[in-house]
Amino acid sequence: MAKVLVVTSGKGGVGKTTTTAAIGAALAQAGQKVVVVDFDVGLRNLDLIMGAERRVVFDLINVVQGIAKLPQALIRDKRLENLSLLPASQTKDKDALTEDGVGHVIADLRQMFDWVLCDSPAGIERGATLAMRFADEAIIVTNPEVSSVRDSDRIIGMLDSKTIKAEKGERVDKHVLITRYDPARAARGDMLGIDDVLEILATPLLGIIPESQEVLRASNLGSPVTINNPASAPARAYLDATKRLMGETLAMTVPSERKGLMNLLLGRRAA
Amino acid sequence: MSLLRFFGGHRASAPIARERLQILLAHERSTRGQPELLIMLREEILAVVSRHVTLDPDKVIVKMERGDTVSTLEVDIELPSGFERQLAAIA
Repeated sequence: MAKVLVVTSGKGGVGKTTTTAAIGAALAQAGQKVVVVDFDVGLRNLDLIMGAERRVVFDLINVVQGIAKLPQALIRDKRLENLSLLPASQTKDKDALTEDGVGHVIADLRQMFDWVLCDSPAGIERGATLAMRFADEAIIVTNPEVSSVRDSDRIIGMLDSKTIKAEKGERVDKHVLITRYDPARAARGDMLGIDDVLEILATPLLGIIPESQEVLRASNLGSPVTINNPASAPARAYLDATKRLMGETLAMTVPSERKGLMNLLLGRRAA
Repeated sequence: MSLLRFFGGHRASAPIARERLQILLAHERSTRGQPELLIMLREEILAVVSRHVTLDPDKVIVKMERGDTVSTLEVDIELPSGFERQLAAIA
């Protein structure tokens, strides 16, 4: 049975799109049929992070409005054949998305894929509410920082009240993913710790992604970090999180960058 | 780390962040799911009274009880000590 997973956060810039791309690619590498759907109408970016920006012809809104058929709008990844992207429109505005229209697209995607990952826009407006509306599961991307935690709390409240599942009296399975975590700053007491965030949000932890230059590197290259450098610290953290999503139980660790001898001698960070 | 903090006079900021969040979210969660009308009433009542007396926003409580024949709106505002002086100053 296909699973619809929304990647959401409330706050912008915490790593939703990076996470959608990284986990989407990791699921596909594990043999799952995956589609990543960009809900950020007007400010699409998932195409860029996936390196497919020059291949976009049709988008989600074209499909919702019946201008294009779903298979025409899906872009198949060049590196992983069982990974596809459904881009958002860059020109239309978010009001072009209707609940019925999105519902039909999601229902069709459920027939074609094992996983439907919905990359939510920031905020709590229409794009964000529609991205979560049909979800079975949710990843709440949170930075260990007060404004991000507050917004995550708000989004958790919406997942518990404004989704189809919630309205039917069922629950959306929620997971917190902590990103941009810096163990050294947390140890110094200058960053909210993992326990602080989890206690406040009272939601199970999917993984801890350490702050890393590899994330920017991957986005510069248009390749999900789990494909671009699977041995890097953030990629290993994303790969672990993906295994947990698929039901495996793994010890929770914060991977660190392995420093090569040359890098150590030169005093530079492994890149 | 604590030694470093002791000598450096550096105070950890994370516990402060944690406490601020806990207080704020306790408040935000309590208003969630409340009827819009009550939230609006509370904000407007707070605004009107604040024109004359400086209030702690947390001390304004608006409740609605619905009965079969009669419904009541209960407004409970705790005034700070010395509020009469404030009022006198305005008048």
